[in-house]
Amino acid sequence: MIAIEDVSKRYADGTVAVDRLSLQIPNHSITVLVGPSGCGKTTTLRMINRMIEPSSGTIRVNGEDILRKPVNALRQSMGYVIQNAGLFQHRTILDNIATVPRLLGWSKQRARARAAELMERVGLDPAMARRYPYQLSGGQQQRVGVARALAADPPILLMDEPFSAVDPVVRRGLQEELLRIQGELGKAIVFVTHDMDEAITIGDRVAVLRTGGKLAQFAAPDELLSAPADAFVEEFLGGDRGIRGLSFLSTRDLALDRSRVFPVGSDWQQLAGESAGAGPVLVTDADAKPLGWADLTVWAGDVQALEPHGQAFEVGKDSLRVALDRAVLSPTGQAVAVDGAGRVLGLAGQETVAAAIRAARQRRAADSEGVSTVKAAR
Amino acid sequence: MNVLNFIQSFFSDGSHWHGYDGIPQRVWEHLQYTAGALAIAAAVGLPIGLVTGHTGRGGNALAFVSAGARALPTFGLLVLMFVWLGLGIVPVMIPLVVLAVPPILITTYEAIRTLDPSPVDAARGMGMPEAKVLFQVEVPAALPLILSGLRSAAIQIVSTATIAAYVSLGGVGRYILDGLYQRNYEKVVGGAALTAILALLVLVLFWAIARVAVSPGVRRRRTV
Ligand SMILES: Nc1ncnc2c1ncn2[C@@H]1O[C@H](COP(=O)(O)OP(=O)(O)OP(=O)(O)O)[C@@H](O)[C@H]1O
Ligand SMILES: [Mg+2]
Repeated sequence: MIAIEDVSKRYADGTVAVDRLSLQIPNHSITVLVGPSGCGKTTTLRMINRMIEPSSGTIRVNGEDILRKPVNALRQSMGYVIQNAGLFQHRTILDNIATVPRLLGWSKQRARARAAELMERVGLDPAMARRYPYQLSGGQQQRVGVARALAADPPILLMDEPFSAVDPVVRRGLQEELLRIQGELGKAIVFVTHDMDEAITIGDRVAVLRTGGKLAQFAAPDELLSAPADAFVEEFLGGDRGIRGLSFLSTRDLALDRSRVFPVGSDWQQLAGESAGAGPVLVTDADAKPLGWADLTVWAGDVQALEPHGQAFEVGKDSLRVALDRAVLSPTGQAVAVDGAGRVLGLAGQETVAAAIRAARQRRAADSEGVSTVKAAR
Repeated sequence: MNVLNFIQSFFSDGSHWHGYDGIPQRVWEHLQYTAGALAIAAAVGLPIGLVTGHTGRGGNALAFVSAGARALPTFGLLVLMFVWLGLGIVPVMIPLVVLAVPPILITTYEAIRTLDPSPVDAARGMGMPEAKVLFQVEVPAALPLILSGLRSAAIQIVSTATIAAYVSLGGVGRYILDGLYQRNYEKVVGGAALTAILALLVLVLFWAIARVAVSPGVRRRRTV
């Protein structure tokens, strides 16, 4: 756990970059520092590994003041990843990754074996081991940067806008990779970004800083989206925070409509009589996989003539945001819900999703009341 | 007679190839002056350039001192040193070193100072001690430029070491000076040709050093 206690940083020219900041950064989780340019994110991060000394306040790691440890030993116990990766151009990929183990006095052989292990962990082709940094793409270089930071297995990882120099598709890949690695390793990660989407995607907790280095809000992403502390945070979250907040709500409890899904070979004549005018039905194959939409008043049973059903969402795995998106995109206004094997479980219209959102809100309100009652009782 | 004829007759004259005034002896002397002056200049210029480049401090003072050193006329300095110190190797070495320090110093300083700051930042951030930051991160990346500074210093020394002859020392400058006195233009041209050949040898030597010492990752030739 990293405890930032009442820390301020005033630069020599009088700029106050961080102003009486207090943050508790838990182990085994990703804490994101986010905020507009110049709000003191980098300064805060670099005070943790003493690349910058605070003007006042204390930073503790697992209870111990970081000033009590020799500065290089402190830094060796924290992985550090920066925006342009900062790889050593004259060293091969393998030797770049082996840097900190070598600093710690490991033999060359052992350090390289460890480096090879990490290349695999971050998804780098082992064939790249002997290459030099200039022979890698930006995204690959960032992976090397992450591998190098993880090489000595530090409990803490400090990352300063590590993915902001790569294109959005590669960035998403790197974010997923980071989440996967974090799932395996469970580090205390402090991650700086100015991109709120990135903060929401990867953060377990998000600290929003405002210009002048003041903490505006420190909360879990869904809480941030549903209850921004003030107008600054709300504006920083952007115009679609309501929609984005749906990413944190599960589709598990959606009330799916199963009455309008029929396998091929059903008696369409009879069904048309029953449900004529009641809108389209979803036709599935014998294995319950979706085939397409049919309007029974005109459709004559030809599978080729079905209206494409578009993308489905997977119940339990995809969020209400995805479900709503699918419903909006669907030609019939109904999203197709499937299980892990792609078999249709039912349909969810926009209204169904809306009802699930209302239910989730009520549940959360009840939960937070419950929490405050417990607190009050103590 | 043209220059090529001079050169040909100078090098084909068997008497020019042995004895205390023979080509091997004069070249050997010349190389000794060059190596000596380069070693002293490097011993002065490299550490100062590395440290000021690493810390980023003292750049203005450096520029000032080197501009001053460059303004000194080498031959004038030689005469001054000769008057002051008399005959010997020292009055020759001093002007050569003064000539060679500025390119080494300034190039080394600039080579380190203008490096991409992110690898250095990353190195410090992962807990690398300052000396290792300098020698394991900065120097390898700056090596091509540092070598180019040493190379231009070496070329300048090789061509200027001919002045040693003025204070009764050897080196290939002997041929030029003696030839002028004796009106033996074959000798003058031969000495000049030898100087040029030595300069070319220096170029080849530094090319070879760079091949061996500079990492392929820094040479940055994209072959794909
Ligand atoms: N060495 C310095 N001397 C003086 N002021 C500085 C120094 N470093 C940063 N600052 C100032 O401190 C403030 C915070 O800088 P910092 O680099 O922490 O911002 P940031 O949140 O990381 O911004 P960005 O998103 O642009 O990276 C800025 O106003 C910046 O100009
Ligand atoms: Mg920054």
